Amino acid sequence: MANWVFSGLRMGVKTTRYPRRADETPGVTPGLPLGRSLTGGEGREVVARCPTGALMTDGDNITIDYRRCVHCFRCARGASDPLPWQGGYQWARAAAPPAQRRQVGVAAEEERTPGQPLGTAFARSLHVRVVDAGDCGACLREVKQLSNPYYNLHRLGFFITPTPRQADVLLVVGPGTDQMRTALEKAYAAMPTPRRVLAVGACALSGGVFGPSFMCSDGIGSIIPVDAEVPGNPPPPLAILHGLLLLAGRAGERREEEGPT
Amino acid sequence: MSYYAWPRTLCTDSAMQASAITFRVPEQLSGRVDVLPEGDRSRCELHCEAGQLQELSRWLRRRGFVFVGLIVEQEAERWLLRYVFYPTQRTPESGDSSWVHLLISQPLAQTRFASAIETIPGIDWHEREAEDLFGLVFEGHPKLGDFVLHDDAWQEGVAPMRKEFDAHTAVSHRAPDPHWRPKRIVHAAGAFAMPIGPVYTGVAESAHFLLETVGEDVIRALPRFYYKHRAVEKIAEGRWPEDVLLLAERFNGISAFAHGLAFAQALEAIGETEVPPRARTLRTLLAELERLRHHVGLIHDICESTALTVAASQAAILEEELLRLCGALTGHRYLFGLATCGGLTRDFRDADLSSAVARSGEILRRLTELEIKLIKTSSFLDRLEEVGIITAKEAQAYGLVGPIARASGVARDLRRVQPYATYAQHTFEVPQESEGDGYARLRVLLAEARESTRIISQALSVLPGGPVRAESIACGPGAALGWTEAPLGAAFHWVRLNEEGRVSRYRIIPPSFVNWHAFYLAAEAFAFQDFPIILASFGLSVTENDR
Repeated sequence: MANWVFSGLRMGVKTTRYPRRADETPGVTPGLPLGRSLTGGEGREVVARCPTGALMTDGDNITIDYRRCVHCFRCARGASDPLPWQGGYQWARAAAPPAQRRQVGVAAEEERTPGQPLGTAFARSLHVRVVDAGDCGACLREVKQLSNPYYNLHRLGFFITPTPRQADVLLVVGPGTDQMRTALEKAYAAMPTPRRVLAVGACALSGGVFGPSFMCSDGIGSIIPVDAEVPGNPPPPLAILHGLLLLAGRAGERREEEGPT
Repeated sequence: MSYYAWPRTLCTDSAMQASAITFRVPEQLSGRVDVLPEGDRSRCELHCEAGQLQELSRWLRRRGFVFVGLIVEQEAERWLLRYVFYPTQRTPESGDSSWVHLLISQPLAQTRFASAIETIPGIDWHEREAEDLFGLVFEGHPKLGDFVLHDDAWQEGVAPMRKEFDAHTAVSHRAPDPHWRPKRIVHAAGAFAMPIGPVYTGVAESAHFLLETVGEDVIRALPRFYYKHRAVEKIAEGRWPEDVLLLAERFNGISAFAHGLAFAQALEAIGETEVPPRARTLRTLLAELERLRHHVGLIHDICESTALTVAASQAAILEEELLRLCGALTGHRYLFGLATCGGLTRDFRDADLSSAVARSGEILRRLTELEIKLIKTSSFLDRLEEVGIITAKEAQAYGLVGPIARASGVARDLRRVQPYATYAQHTFEVPQESEGDGYARLRVLLAEARESTRIISQALSVLPGGPVRAESIACGPGAALGWTEAPLGAAFHWVRLNEEGRVSRYRIIPPSFVNWHAFYLAAEAFAFQDFPIILASFGLSVTENDR
């Protein structure tokens, strides 16, 4: 019989110092492209290389819709004038206001502005129900990494719960497939108020490479109201953690400023 | 250039051998025979009548050919059903490595086909899928309906894979039927059904399992998938190959490199693109790095399912370290955006590769330490041993692939029988166990992780210099099959490009699609509390199945 207690202790502490300190270990994030000024025809060539329309020209600048970026690296590799990439993971942002979004299937929506944190009572006790709405497995795997000793979301008072009835946050991954629509609506409807929805990953934000189509939505915002969004394909665990901190009203705990603004 | 006008040159030795086998079946075969080049191998297409299919597939099976899958194509005026086989044993009769396709063609107006389920049991789900997506009928199939398109949400008579169906138009739905219930099989006093899913447990992929029971033991386990169906094969049609590559990688993110590579190899076979040696070796290295990371993830899931928390944490630490290793080396933790037609999108510095390979060796050493502790933990082994058994006979009949087949004594591995990249140059074992239970599957995963590390260091030691991408990449019209041994087993990508160079048919036959088919065999006759453990020891991916 192996002595698990001893071998567990012998591993030492692996946990990241984030959100108190920045975590700059190599490989914790795939990074995102950084916008820059358009330098003639070559800049347009980079924009044309983007397969999901995440790169756009705005006057003299290349702007980036991070909700659409799928980390294909085509603007960074093989382009004659590649875009710079930056690290960082504090990518979570409030979702676009609901007025701009279609509201389908969910009635009696309580009043709230997207991105508005839950009350202080939830700051150190946040229960999260994870719903897979057609995810490729990578986002789900990164959510799963949150429970590993490196990220250990329990230390922040965040817990994954098996039932939406006890959940404060619905964490949704995947592009919102047609055959998960009913299940997603039911999971949301089963949550007590106040409740928040965190959309995780490019697919959940914009449909990614899959949607919109006859089988996929253009992001789960067209099925249930979304409060905060975490871009990335998949977003690294630290970015998902940032999204949860945002909804818990604790995103300000960070000391450094990084990530796209 | 029409499909039938492909060059009939016998370009390689194996093509010659493939042509030799066709002369041995004149009495069964009345149709035409084409031998086409496919990469450095060949593809032998036998055009047969519907009535000959059974006899020919039996004939192939006797010669050691295994069934890959059914590929349905809608041509301008005809249906073309393609039954793909490949030889697992190298005999003079089967040729060295030639693929055999049996083709059945009939006018579009005729949608009724004979089911081949009696001679090829593994074709079951292929026919059900074609029935749902193309609106074909397979006469003699025991169970059609409610498969890909769920009966409670879809209109009858919608066949989304037909060319005339527009992938960007929303279909008008019936309102979900609140009284819909899955069909029950067990009718006995006290019998009840336990539905699990599609949203269940902490962090799980969406799938539904209906467990029927009269008490402790699961009598029937009926899985229902395709909640996550994104219609990858449909939305790929009309797109450029480089855009479909994004789908090939992203339909199953946890083995993205293996699937991206299979798709890229199909394109390379169509365009006869020569991949530079450095890229071929790096592909082997990256594919094995992905397998190592994937298997460590599965080992973590198995430990977690038995509630052995410390072991689960230790495996999770190793998984995260491998993810960081991949992220630091390639830029992406799940190896997205690396595989491309003609090679790789980027090169690596030799120093970075050496340190990554050294790190992976170190991680393997710690995995072995974990293994030693696990096999001394009787409470853990009790949950795995003699639980969720798949016999060798069942694995053969269902045509199972990957670690699950190897744990049941069917040592099938495409890296060995149909080598790609640089696998033919490396020395490695294909681990095999005979019990077919959860513990055998765990041992296979651990042994494969060891072999992967072995291949990784071999690949590094023979890594040549030079470019990582072919200079000219041709993507002319044509069709080809690309294959890789993905972490969960054999993955096949059939790609057809039209005159313009766009994808006109894309078909993925992933390992999870084949293996989920036999999952019920492992779950039935075991107790309820074993179910999560059987699920974890299978380690199958729902997204890979649902596409």
